[in-house]
Amino acid sequence: MTTVSIPDVMRILPELILAGFAILVMLFEPFVPAGRKRVLGWIALLGVLVAGMAFTWAPPNAGMAFSGSIAADGFSYFFIFLFLTIAALALLGSINYLERDNIHHAEYYALILFSTVGMCFMAASAELIMIFLGLEISSLSTYVLAGFRRHDPRSNESAMKYFLLGSFATAFFLYGIAFVYGLTGTTNLVDLAADLAQPGKWSTLTRAALILMFVGLAFKVSTVPFQIWTPDVYQGAPAPVTAFLSTGPKAAAFAVLVRIFLGLAGPSGPAAFWVIWISAALTMTVGNFAALLQKNVKRMLAYSAIAHAGYVLVGLAAAMASGSTEGASAVLFYLAAYAFMNVGAFLLIAHLAGPGEGRTEISDFTGLGRAAPGAAACLTVFMLSLSGIPSTAGFFAKFYVFRASVHAGLIGLTIIAVLNSVVSVYYYLNLVVTMYMREGEPQAARTPMPLPLYSAIAASLFAIFYLGLYPNHFLLLSTLSSKPLP
Amino acid sequence: MESGYLTILIYIGAVVFLSAAILGMSAWVGVKRPTREKLSPYECGIQPVGDARERFSISFYLVGMLFILFDVEAVFLYPWAVVYKELKWFGFTEMLLYILILLAGYVYIWKKGALDWSR
Amino acid sequence: MMPIPPTWCVYLGTGLFTIGVIGVLTRRNVIIILMSIELILNAVNINLVAFSRYFGEVDGQIFAIFVITDAAAEAAVGLGLLIALFRNKETVNADEIDLLKW
Repeated sequence: MTTVSIPDVMRILPELILAGFAILVMLFEPFVPAGRKRVLGWIALLGVLVAGMAFTWAPPNAGMAFSGSIAADGFSYFFIFLFLTIAALALLGSINYLERDNIHHAEYYALILFSTVGMCFMAASAELIMIFLGLEISSLSTYVLAGFRRHDPRSNESAMKYFLLGSFATAFFLYGIAFVYGLTGTTNLVDLAADLAQPGKWSTLTRAALILMFVGLAFKVSTVPFQIWTPDVYQGAPAPVTAFLSTGPKAAAFAVLVRIFLGLAGPSGPAAFWVIWISAALTMTVGNFAALLQKNVKRMLAYSAIAHAGYVLVGLAAAMASGSTEGASAVLFYLAAYAFMNVGAFLLIAHLAGPGEGRTEISDFTGLGRAAPGAAACLTVFMLSLSGIPSTAGFFAKFYVFRASVHAGLIGLTIIAVLNSVVSVYYYLNLVVTMYMREGEPQAARTPMPLPLYSAIAASLFAIFYLGLYPNHFLLLSTLSSKPLP
Repeated sequence: MESGYLTILIYIGAVVFLSAAILGMSAWVGVKRPTREKLSPYECGIQPVGDARERFSISFYLVGMLFILFDVEAVFLYPWAVVYKELKWFGFTEMLLYILILLAGYVYIWKKGALDWSR
Repeated sequence: MMPIPPTWCVYLGTGLFTIGVIGVLTRRNVIIILMSIELILNAVNINLVAFSRYFGEVDGQIFAIFVITDAAAEAAVGLGLLIALFRNKETVNADEIDLLKW
């Protein structure tokens, strides 16, 4: 008879606190009058902070919990902290946005928290059932969030596409899990790796099952050829939601990829490695070249998000090829750095796009450098960091990934990646040039930034420069966190 | 051993044959004199009003969806009910927590007015 | 009575999976796409229950219950989103959901 022990509960304390606050926010929503929903936003933010502090309250107790289904290790702590940060930034950036566009319903905050809970469980699970549940909790919340501008057909469409393709992908993932279970008799990643390491256990069916699981996750991280939904969804969803779902769920899916594929890298042999190699090369190239053609800022950043997923895959390929922690720690560093610059950029665009998000064309930003110098400067920093200019977080993120892949002997892939980042500079700088060098009256909103958004942007900027100027501390942290328990 | 299935197979064959025979005979032998009155849909003798494909109130879908959700959540009670005597207080508190979370959702939809039919 | 061998169940599951995938890829009505996705999830359930019986343990069946719950939640979210879409666009045809270019 298994029961739940206190250490077990302590190991999922952040998730429990988040879920509790999410339920509270949801329960209070009908009772809070329409003008006061802001309070629930602050309660949600408090929930994120308390969940973050739960780590410091609880004594350090790394280990497996709930009969091996939860792995509370440095790896999961790193990702949980990352998700909490993303959630906090997204909440800060959303409060005034929701008020401005008259969609201030507190379900938004509850859904952000629920989605974060799901992501935390994805990163912290060593059990395919739990990973699936986390994936679904996080996905179902984000489907609704993408359609949160209920009366805007673009938002409806975005949510519908995200939902259909997302649940299709989850179905693939599940089918893969069912086969893995059938072939090995276990869904626990530790037992699975042990089982598949036995000689003769590796068959075509096992490979097919793993490919099905990879397809499911590849949809979530939008690698080519499973990226078709990304531009539409990112463009149609409310910009703060795009900020959230282009970083959080993507990082969570990468956490799962790392946990599953690094654990099985030994037994799976070169096949899985080449799958990752090819999708990395394709994803970077397609993402960057498609971004060159875009006229809409959100759509351009959506393609850039695809390209960045490609760089992360380079890190994963390096980790699988060398087996050292360098590749995995580069992946972790990249995901964190990318989260700060992308959340910042989308939150700022949400503000600049004005009421109803009417101004998201690149041409709407013409002359913004003079009209709103502060906002333009911040957006410039985000663009420079996304393109990987030195002294920003984006530079070291790319640098560590490339270094890991060179050390792992993937010279070809590194060359493709470097060439791609050169191409990407063009479209990021195009926005900067439009803001500063083109003459004209900007269509973008010139209202001053509200304080919550301002603090979110300031925090992102601080993180970008901190990671860009003093990357060593964080690299050490991501290296220490890069060995998952199983 | 397999004779159990064989009986079912014969039974299925008989059913298919009989249904096909009855329907086929009546279609072949029967006399058809369609009139407007005969072609109209049969609604218990009442005069049919309008098309069946009209739009339903959104409440039907809403209540249907909420019913499915709570109905399916109840499926977790079955495995619990099988072993709840062995689980003792642990199982009881777990299920209590689960029901409380469901209750939170119920209070939410209630207060939101999703169950309010006249709205 | 002879027990049904697990491979038969897997064939059934694979058949359902194939029908579901073809349905998602070829049908244009959002509701039918949704039903095809549910079909895949049921293929998963059949596999899980068959494997669970084969191994003589309950893990797979518990997993199947979670999948059923998830399918219900997914259907509810999907229909909710579809209603919101229909109110604005008056269509359930995936081809007409084309405001954002594919």
